[in-house]
Amino acid sequence: MTTFKMDTYLNEEKMPYPFCPGCGHHTILDSLNEALVKLQLDPQEVVIVTDIGCTGLSDKYFVTNAFHGLHGRSVTYATGIKMARPELTVIVLIGDGGCGIGGHHLLNAARRNIGVNVFVFNNFNYGMTGGEHSITSPLDSVTTTTRYGHIERPLDLCATADISGANFVARASSFDKDLPDIVAKVIQHEGFSLLDIWELCTAYYVPNNRFGRKDIEATLESLNLEKGVLKADDRPEFSHLYRERVAGGEGEKKVTPPTKLKPRYENSLGRQKSFLIAGAAGTKIGSAGTLFSQGGILAGLHATQRNDYPVTIKTRHSIAEVILSREEIYFTGVEKPDVMFVLFPEGLNKSRDRIARLTEDDLLVINANLPKVETKAKTWALDFKPIRRWGRKKEYWALMAIAAYLREYGTYPLDALIEAINLKPQYAKDNLAAVEASVELG
Amino acid sequence: MPEFIDGNEAIARGAIDAGCDFFAGYPITPATSILLHLARELPKTGGIVLQGEDEIASMGFCIGAAMSGKRVMTATSGPGISLYSENIGFAIMGEVPMVIVDVQRMGPSTGAATTGAQGDIQFLRWGTSGGYPVIVLAPTTVEECYTLTLRAFDLSERFRVPVFLATDKETSLTKTMANIPPQDAPQVRERATAPAGEDFVPYRLENLSQVPAMSPFGGPHTLRFTTSSHDEEAYLTKDEQAIDRLNRHLAAKIEEHVEEISHVKADLQKGAETLLVSYGITARAMVEAGNRARKAGKRVSMLTVYSLWPIPGKAIRQAMDGVKRVVVAELNLGQYRREIQSLASDRQEVIGVHRVDGKLISPSQILKEGGLA
Repeated sequence: MTTFKMDTYLNEEKMPYPFCPGCGHHTILDSLNEALVKLQLDPQEVVIVTDIGCTGLSDKYFVTNAFHGLHGRSVTYATGIKMARPELTVIVLIGDGGCGIGGHHLLNAARRNIGVNVFVFNNFNYGMTGGEHSITSPLDSVTTTTRYGHIERPLDLCATADISGANFVARASSFDKDLPDIVAKVIQHEGFSLLDIWELCTAYYVPNNRFGRKDIEATLESLNLEKGVLKADDRPEFSHLYRERVAGGEGEKKVTPPTKLKPRYENSLGRQKSFLIAGAAGTKIGSAGTLFSQGGILAGLHATQRNDYPVTIKTRHSIAEVILSREEIYFTGVEKPDVMFVLFPEGLNKSRDRIARLTEDDLLVINANLPKVETKAKTWALDFKPIRRWGRKKEYWALMAIAAYLREYGTYPLDALIEAINLKPQYAKDNLAAVEASVELG
Repeated sequence: MPEFIDGNEAIARGAIDAGCDFFAGYPITPATSILLHLARELPKTGGIVLQGEDEIASMGFCIGAAMSGKRVMTATSGPGISLYSENIGFAIMGEVPMVIVDVQRMGPSTGAATTGAQGDIQFLRWGTSGGYPVIVLAPTTVEECYTLTLRAFDLSERFRVPVFLATDKETSLTKTMANIPPQDAPQVRERATAPAGEDFVPYRLENLSQVPAMSPFGGPHTLRFTTSSHDEEAYLTKDEQAIDRLNRHLAAKIEEHVEEISHVKADLQKGAETLLVSYGITARAMVEAGNRARKAGKRVSMLTVYSLWPIPGKAIRQAMDGVKRVVVAELNLGQYRREIQSLASDRQEVIGVHRVDGKLISPSQILKEGGLA
């Protein structure tokens, strides 16, 4: 392990700071440096992530790692770094502007309790773009976008971080003598921490509001806000919790093995054929289509399957289009099916145009209890009702119809379908029983 | 041995096999199943999967993790790419290796979530400020979803740039028979990292098209990294020469290596007067159309473009050489046709075959509108 003694973390080659005379950023960065000197962290183990605005210029003046990102997103980059390298100290320097545009990220970082230390350079306005109001501008304040006095109430960043789940929350002013100590406390605390530091923007906020050091304290008082450590909790830090509970723990697990289909059955398919299975939500149309396709692959065929259902998946139609072919299937759309299985009213309604396109060479396998449809295709009506037990279970009708079709018209042996069913043992028992019961459909 | 899976599963498995160890994303149809698959499987390999509070956060997590040594991927659809835009620019500027999957759906705006389209082809190339190049790959089959995911990771390491895998609802969610991994699965190179013990200057270049080696946060060097115009040490700069050099480098590292990235499949027939051009799901209808035309005794050439950006101009010109008519089929109103048009001679007619109603372009539509019926 490297031993070192750091007298300063400031990048002396780049000093002095570029900030306006009297700007609070000077003291805050000096305090950060003092805190780092006190903690003697390895500069290679510290990442300073800066947001946009004058605060965003800060990382240049430190000899630690630096990450300068987009406006309001600093907390997201810090989260990515901390997740990848939990051992690093990840410090975010952000303005009140960044907290506005990236408020959503702030809430969620606090909620997750990711171990990043957020220091807010809170000067009540946008100091770099021209003194516009921010989410922390006090009521009645004058900014370049609130010339007639601000009528929006300011956001209490500390209360927001607290209620969102932050582990450590504190408020300070850049004039506080103990600022380096509180900065060090923030860095040392595990989990998400936020220090809201009130300061002066001498370019805009100070002249526009005749605002000075004493006004910081007066504003705090008028809003009934306190300084100091407001919360110190010990919820587990997220990147460590993730490693403990989700990934990176002891012993590597194996990824789920894929379902391999070894072709070992004959097939009697001539030219490429397309099948359309039209049913209703919750009737296992997709699963039946997959078993039918997998059976085809086990019989040496190529297969594709396209499903169509509404975004609210438990309502209306569910349609599966399956293509089987002896050769590679290029176009996966089905312009006109060769065989249609129409099992439920929802599927019938959705596929009427395709039924209308069927020719005398095609086959329509239809639930006998559906309304009669006009078609040129040969029709095979299946009545599920008389079949005891399985005839009442609608979610097996598609599989039963496919099994009946394979028995009656071939394509490939029923054994291939049964092997496909056995690939998923947890569902096999009922599926096999339904296939057996489908004998009665013929 | 064959399997029966969809493109999204092939992409997720391709990512795991490519060594991806960090994924962040936000649920969106039709890309969600990539997130679901990886959320289940990637942690088993020690990898990290985060569902961000939105797409912006997901991209932010990815950039932070990539710069900390992770091999990262994210996946979304068109509306998510809109939200990724600022961070795509950041990844270009900071030279971040990452793979972004765009499972395209019908636009504009939220459009139709469960309906396929190929409407993001220009957006992916030009969808961030500055207009600097990215790489876009488009698979046509489930197996290619796997192989091009590997290829995307490899190119992202090679060029330190976001590489897009532009698929679509149909390619991603249609199950097909596939052999994973196929025999021609590409290798993914290791990240080029700066050696420990030597000085590290993050963006030092000997020539404009060179790609600098990386060093992760928490690694052997102190790293500076920035979204702003910077000098070779990654300090923000206003120096005109330094900015000019950086910006020209961002373009040159891609544009001077087009041949290395170029990936097409040309099935050319001597004496053919027509060349069919397509990509993604529509290329499958194109091949079917071409095969049908040939069976009917017509001479026709076919070109499938896998590397959409940067435009593989040389390969496209070679395929176009000598034909009278070029037919470009795509599920938009001519986004890639305009690129093909710019490569055509005055005597060559370029015809677009388009569809934007959510249905697939069929082989018969290509034959009919391409003058081959």
